[in-house]
Amino acid sequence: MIAFAGLLLGVVLGVVVNPTVPVWLEPYLPLAVVAALDAVFGGIRATLDHIFDERVFVISFLSNTLVAALIVFLGDQLGVGGQLSTAIVVVLGIRIFSNVAAIRRHVFRA
Amino acid sequence: MRSRRWQAQLTVAVLAALLGFGLAVQVRTTQDRSALGSARPDDLLRIIDDLSARSERLAKEEADLRAAGDRLANAVDRDAAAVEEARKRIAALSILAGTVAAHGPGVQVVVDDPGHKLTADFIVDVIQEFRDAGAETMMINGHRVGASTYAVDNDVQIVLDGATLSQPYTIIAIGDAPTMATALAIPGGIVETAEDKGARISVTQSADVVVDALRPLSTPRYARPDSSE
Repeated sequence: MIAFAGLLLGVVLGVVVNPTVPVWLEPYLPLAVVAALDAVFGGIRATLDHIFDERVFVISFLSNTLVAALIVFLGDQLGVGGQLSTAIVVVLGIRIFSNVAAIRRHVFRA
Repeated sequence: MRSRRWQAQLTVAVLAALLGFGLAVQVRTTQDRSALGSARPDDLLRIIDDLSARSERLAKEEADLRAAGDRLANAVDRDAAAVEEARKRIAALSILAGTVAAHGPGVQVVVDDPGHKLTADFIVDVIQEFRDAGAETMMINGHRVGASTYAVDNDVQIVLDGATLSQPYTIIAIGDAPTMATALAIPGGIVETAEDKGARISVTQSADVVVDALRPLSTPRYARPDSSE
């Protein structure tokens, strides 16, 4: 519950402050957000499975975003940044879908 | 134990807030900025390539259209010149054919022949003399003289283009008046011939005479323009 409140607070803060994203961060921010989304959906699923652990969540959240940014950075250095970004989005998208499917089974029993 | 749990929850909340913040900022950035700002160098290269190819295409198209426009403008100029030329020809040919009235410097010749000694030959000579002296158009007793004009004798009267001429004969010619007057007055010329035969003849030069008799325009029945030249 407090996590959800934090999410809302973050959204409101982002809308109100509306900061300019630094240029060096621009390629990484969208993928970091997607990676964090994956971590959050994984966390929700774990909560519903009654195996949620804050430590695991924090580590998965941070490592997900960092690894995503790292892969994009590496891709940019190798000249395949665009393709790797797509690959990350696809992989994370699949994970988000499977997590959401698990959440759906918990919530709707279907 | 309770405080540790609280701390962990707080960390999760902070991370969630971070996600919300990043999400909102990213959405705003995507909406605000054009796609170019966050595009990758290779994407930008491709976009530039596309744009330069497109701009080349458009430049070529522009050149083509400009050339076409120039061609059309030239054609319009040429057409206008041709129309102007045709107008001049119409004016010249109309006067020659006698289908329009004309005025200009010229002479008026009045011949009174009480003895009816003058024949059609005299009229033909007058026409010939005028043409020789550069007369551009003329009329005799209200009959326009044209290319097909003829004069014949009918008993003691003269017939011009089928119409009997009554006396006095009045001949009006447009052209260089002094030249024409001189041509008529040469020894053995028109004036002398007429006076030898007992006729009274007067030649009047004028700065502006009017030749307003018209000839009907006849379409040739047999002759056709030869456009091979």
